[in-house]
Amino acid sequence: MGKILHADQMKKCIGCYSCMLACARTIQHDFSPHKAAIQIRSVGGLQSRLVVDICRGCTDPPCALVCNCGALNARLDGGVRFHKNKCIGCGNCVEACTAGAIRFDEDNKRPIVCIQCGTCIKYCPHEVLSMT
Amino acid sequence: MINTSTIRVLEIDLAEKKIIVQERDDLAPFWGGTGLATSLFAEYVAYDKDPLDPAQPIVLACGPLSAIFPMATKAVAVFRSPLTGEWGESHAGMRIAIAMRFCGFRAIIIRGKAERPVFLTIGPNKVDFQDGTPLWGLPTDETGRILRQISPGRGFRSCLRIGPAGEKQVAFANVNVDTYRHFGRLGLGAVFGAKLLKAMVIYGDSSEPIPDVKHYKEVYDSIYHLAVNTDIMEKYHGLGTSGNIAALSALGALPTENLRKNSFHRSSAISGEAFARDTLVRKVACTGCPVGCIHIGVRRKLFAPGHEYEAAYISYDYELIFALGSLLGITTQEQIYDLIEYVEMSGMDAITAGVLLAWLTEAYQKGIVTKEELGVEPVFNNETNYIKILEDIVNQPNTLYRLLACGTSRAAQELGGQEFALTLGNNEMAGYHTGYANLLGLSFGTRHSHLDNAGYSIDQKALRNNYSLEQIVREIIAEEKWRNVLNSLCVCLFAKEVYTKENICAALSCVGITMTGEDLDKLGEEIFYIKNRTRLKLGYNPNNINFADRFFETSALGQELSRQTLNNMIAMYRSLARI
Repeated sequence: MGKILHADQMKKCIGCYSCMLACARTIQHDFSPHKAAIQIRSVGGLQSRLVVDICRGCTDPPCALVCNCGALNARLDGGVRFHKNKCIGCGNCVEACTAGAIRFDEDNKRPIVCIQCGTCIKYCPHEVLSMT
Repeated sequence: MINTSTIRVLEIDLAEKKIIVQERDDLAPFWGGTGLATSLFAEYVAYDKDPLDPAQPIVLACGPLSAIFPMATKAVAVFRSPLTGEWGESHAGMRIAIAMRFCGFRAIIIRGKAERPVFLTIGPNKVDFQDGTPLWGLPTDETGRILRQISPGRGFRSCLRIGPAGEKQVAFANVNVDTYRHFGRLGLGAVFGAKLLKAMVIYGDSSEPIPDVKHYKEVYDSIYHLAVNTDIMEKYHGLGTSGNIAALSALGALPTENLRKNSFHRSSAISGEAFARDTLVRKVACTGCPVGCIHIGVRRKLFAPGHEYEAAYISYDYELIFALGSLLGITTQEQIYDLIEYVEMSGMDAITAGVLLAWLTEAYQKGIVTKEELGVEPVFNNETNYIKILEDIVNQPNTLYRLLACGTSRAAQELGGQEFALTLGNNEMAGYHTGYANLLGLSFGTRHSHLDNAGYSIDQKALRNNYSLEQIVREIIAEEKWRNVLNSLCVCLFAKEVYTKENICAALSCVGITMTGEDLDKLGEEIFYIKNRTRLKLGYNPNNINFADRFFETSALGQELSRQTLNNMIAMYRSLARI
């Protein structure tokens, strides 16, 4: 069974960005957390609360539906597989994800897509993230 | 994309509304942080001009490890201090390190004075000078809210702003950084105010490819492990620094009621344990720090009958509880929160404000200042009156308040009461009355800050290990030199034990910098001497440091202190440090 990333303990998040740094480092080989597929941010400043934009692991993902080059394929148990070599950088998937979880990497002209690898979880010091 | 081997410096001229980008390979040996900012400041400072003169520079710098290693979260500001007239240096965290790194500038220099209030928006490809007039006069929270609403870079930006205290050039005004952190202590907020610079938003969304992913991952993991899976950092995450209130009170080292006492009879009500039990609601972290030491408490206040409540989420820490608590004889958490909230909103330094109010309370008791001039009576444990006084320090309605806005030393020099003015090198003391290392460290440290050399910690170590006076002096000097290394990396000083020489060299190798432990020591020493040379030129006079009688009247950690012993240590220090 393929597992899906969840962030259902966001009230525990301290905003350290360790998850984002881990994703950027491991998947994109970049120091910049801006490259991460998981994005933590505050809503209403730091006095308020922290929220996360992540892949919601749709079982019938709209991003894959609009991908006409075969780069994004739906996984059996939710989420997508991303075949970077097939991607032509059209950006349709970015628009299609209504959860706002896909962003476009202007440096590489490719989308930044969560591949449900779970690396971010290993670096969360507060057990905010999980895979089930 | 960022080239890490070059030091990119952004120079901003507020008067001309022009920028210059410099590529400074000659400064590469200083890496960043305090080393880089010190070098640039020495290059740009106008020694013959007032701290608030438009010609004076503000230098901000991040470091080579900023945002890419755990707890490398700080940026350093260097300026000429309006409080002391000499070396101004201050460090802040939250999101500033990540914003500066991925903005692509290792340092930012701000010169000149704007024609009208301005705020700067600084990104990787753009610097905008925007009209700050609508923000002028606003407190720090509302200024932050508007900046967040209108600025780009959400999640990757840092919002620096001053409050009314900075605009009115209160000598100890600070710069608020992302709500819960500050460039505090030495009056950077007044320097912003004098330049009509209300705020700066720095945002960084550049990319930076990792040269050797496998090596970086190994080094990152080993440092992350020390931060998260060992107990090295637990004291900062658990109760946090406020855990020191009860401990130092029990040891007789907690300055209380203007240091007439060294322990506080109500310490149990305002201890870290009490705050955690009663009002702590969450912890947050600077970006890139998995520890999360910023403790946020809730101040719930009834504002009208009929269960009408308001709530404020306020950050507390040891120094704040000392300065706006025990030092003023304040007995409840609610009172402390109200004082913290006022200093936060107006944008002034909490330690300085507390020490000044404590001095003023005693000066009032001794008839040095009158109620007619003050409008209200400063009384220990009366936070309402203290807040009114702080408001007038910002508004400066008369000569006395204009003088108080210059800080405790200036006020005591002019009015009297120097014998109980808790300042060293014209900077207000931090919350430790631990002994000789503390007094010596504060008076000779570059910034006159407890963070220069941690004399307070050396005192406690000396007592446990029975150090000789010379050993204490040597430790103070060695510690200050080593902190120049850590502060050039811009790692949080709480992570001092994580960033050993070995770990620093390994981390630097990930960004293409090859150093040995010996090289690190040499760099720390070089910065130490550059700073001392510069501050001597700025007017620092080691022959002219006043130690208030109060430091010798109240025992420290159970020890009576003598001027003679301190003088002997000063002579040793000056000979060893060549000052």
